[in-house]
Amino acid sequence: MTETRKVAVVAGNRIPFARQDKTYRHASNSDMLTAALNGLVDRAGLGGQEVGEVVAGAVLKHARDWNMVREVVLGSKLAPTTPAYDIQQACGTGLEAAILVGNKIALGQIDAGIAGGVDTASDAPVAVNDRLRNILLDLNRAKTYPDRLKVLARVRPKDVVPEIPRNAEPRTRKSMGEHAALTALEWGIGREAQDELAYRSHVNLAKSYDRGFQDDLITPYLGLEKDQNLRPDTTLEKLAKLKPVFGKGETATMTAGNSTPLTDGASTVLLSTDEWAEQHGLRPLAYLTHSQTAAVDYVKGAEGLLMAPAYAVPRMLQRAGLTLQDFDYYEIHEAFASQVLSTLKAWEDPIFCKERLGLDAPLGEIDRDKLNVNGSSLAAGHPFAATGGRIVAALAKQLDENGGGRGLISICAAGGQGVVAILEK
Amino acid sequence: MTDRYQTFTRTPLGKTLVKNLGLPDPLPLPRWTEGAPVIDGPVVFGAIGETDAGKAVQALLRDIGAAFSTATEGVASSEIRPKALVFDATGAASTADLTSLQRFFSPLVRQLAPAGRVIVVGRTPELASSAEQQVAQRALEGFTRSLAKEVKRGATVNLVYVAPDAHEQLDSTLRFFLSPKSAYVDGQVARIGTGPLVSNDPARPLSGRVALVTGAARGIGASIAGTLARDGATVIGVDVPQNADPLRKVISRIGGTELLLDVTAVDAAQRIAAHAQEQHGGLDIVVHNAGITRDRRLVNMRTDAWDAVLDVNLRAPERITKHLVDSGALRDGGSIIGVSSMAGIAGNNGQTNYATSKAGVIGLVQALAPVLAERQIRINAVAPGFIETEMTAKIPFAIREVGRRINSLQQGGLPIDVAETIAWFADPASAGVTGNVVRVCGQSMLGA
Repeated sequence: MTETRKVAVVAGNRIPFARQDKTYRHASNSDMLTAALNGLVDRAGLGGQEVGEVVAGAVLKHARDWNMVREVVLGSKLAPTTPAYDIQQACGTGLEAAILVGNKIALGQIDAGIAGGVDTASDAPVAVNDRLRNILLDLNRAKTYPDRLKVLARVRPKDVVPEIPRNAEPRTRKSMGEHAALTALEWGIGREAQDELAYRSHVNLAKSYDRGFQDDLITPYLGLEKDQNLRPDTTLEKLAKLKPVFGKGETATMTAGNSTPLTDGASTVLLSTDEWAEQHGLRPLAYLTHSQTAAVDYVKGAEGLLMAPAYAVPRMLQRAGLTLQDFDYYEIHEAFASQVLSTLKAWEDPIFCKERLGLDAPLGEIDRDKLNVNGSSLAAGHPFAATGGRIVAALAKQLDENGGGRGLISICAAGGQGVVAILEK
Repeated sequence: MTDRYQTFTRTPLGKTLVKNLGLPDPLPLPRWTEGAPVIDGPVVFGAIGETDAGKAVQALLRDIGAAFSTATEGVASSEIRPKALVFDATGAASTADLTSLQRFFSPLVRQLAPAGRVIVVGRTPELASSAEQQVAQRALEGFTRSLAKEVKRGATVNLVYVAPDAHEQLDSTLRFFLSPKSAYVDGQVARIGTGPLVSNDPARPLSGRVALVTGAARGIGASIAGTLARDGATVIGVDVPQNADPLRKVISRIGGTELLLDVTAVDAAQRIAAHAQEQHGGLDIVVHNAGITRDRRLVNMRTDAWDAVLDVNLRAPERITKHLVDSGALRDGGSIIGVSSMAGIAGNNGQTNYATSKAGVIGLVQALAPVLAERQIRINAVAPGFIETEMTAKIPFAIREVGRRINSLQQGGLPIDVAETIAWFADPASAGVTGNVVRVCGQSMLGA
């Protein structure tokens, strides 16, 4: 086994995230990913050039987009000889793409690659229901007119009701929010703490725009220059007035304010070796040094749907020989404020750490001032597969701006999965 | 869930039909209300000779202010309508003495008031001093179980076996069986052993005690939580996060604290122990009430349905009990109560998983009772029969109607009946009560 090579994050670009059915309502996944990719190519000066590989994905994808990323590359400013492939790991897609690109770079299989992700909650695939689908397939198989008529006669009015994708777990039929609400109850996460976290997300994201931090991370798209969900003027009072949307009765705490909205958007990140970066007049912002995935059995209720990162992080820390406190920045994706707070509380809890993680001592508290310093999904929005790219690019830039340091990325995903990574400089 | 048939039998037309057609005539059972006396009518006491147990019974009757007369042989009289007949048979040294049962009860049974109580006190057969005594004492069970089927109008008959030198432990058990708290406990046998003498306020016997109730959000669990709180306990209500809202309602009504967790979680026992110790300094009473059904005949039984039922109903109580005992979270002198089921005793079509788990609860009681006795921790179980809950309301009409009627009281029980039985087990004054499985089934014909 040869020595692995360092994986640098050298640039990132995304389009502003738009709320569902607003500015990007007619934009397809391909349109958005192409826009984000072209912005990156322009910024990195890679027009007409080939990179080792482009890896990206979308969670909600049309059947026709089976080769989406390669098609996007063909329609982009990159050389058409650039290979590409699609991946999907729910909300972990973007970060997993970066890990995959990073691994090939580390192994010397490629020198540079682009990771990305895109999702649209507006231009969602609507499918015919299974019965009608079977009838249509049979129709296609039928050879004679009488046979075709016979097949068509099977169509019933109810068959025209389409199947619209739901943001729900197939095995529990509960939405992600309903799952998160149960975890919040189990961990005793109160409404005020959730609103506070949401408020800080908006404040931090707004500040990052104000100081120009986002300028070279975002390319405007369809007239949108900032994330549409951002409310710089929101207050704790306004957040406190919202009615709960997940859970029931007086124990319900999760509102539209402390849960991420459905969003459209795309993001990309350029990774490479130090040499490649230098040859292309670029410089490393930070290095992708460790990563880990984990999954939990949420189906039987043994663990919360979004709690997998709580397992992935300690495994990664152990391999890296680090403690939870050895970080300058923490990027914990905010699917829901309650999910971030449940994860943090779990790491502080001796019983959870002993019985579920098998650790002698709890991982402990983190310095909240180091958490999501430039805002996260509650403010920016969360186009599922695009979140990983947003976080990797922003954290790399933050580490560079800081003159070095170490950052933790933690992303929870549907299906009870978690993808986590460490960036260092 | 209202029992429409029972309501109908109280109407003029219903009364006529029931009488002329010989239909079941279930008397609505009175339940105990706070502040009510243990028993609201005269008691006739009988005995075979003078015994320690007999003296203890009479002392108790005086204590609760019951008007009672003593008789060795019953006398038919239209003047007294005894509310209870209590017979001390511990003095039965051989089968010759069994004659007394017939002599005492035959004339009196007819006089028994509606919702009357018959209690026979015997000597635990296994602990008898001679073979002759053991035979005679064992015979009592056949008598009480049969008489339970004969007495009408909501009356119950129960047998209390008391160990030698345990007569001072009789109080809490007699109070329970005499009062309407035992309304739906019929044809049962309770066994009382020796233990430390605990004197507490019978009006608030659980005062200063901390009680854990799993599955406390609804149904029987909510009733158990409420009853233990009524008796003075501070309740920790446990339920799954899905039931957060109903649990909050229960706890805000009765006080105490709520703990949201799945009892099958790997760290459930540790969380319960930590919560009890941090919030309340420890635990005295543990009620393993959380339970689920996933009914299917075995040929169609899915692995997950089998596992889920055993995990919740049996493995969780087993694991939680072990941890609470080993960690010391459950204090010495504590009381553990399992919830078994009629199905665990009699078996039930479509419930191999459920009955396995509920029979296992009985095994848990039998296995742990002698071990825990060293720390004066007691373990008992209730085995409910047909109890009117949201769960039984979903049973198809015909099956439900049969389930309700095929017991000596010809009606379903209420959650409070299960709760009162648990409160009797929980009572520190029941220090001699351990290793018991008492059915709350109105003397169901199933598994009798």
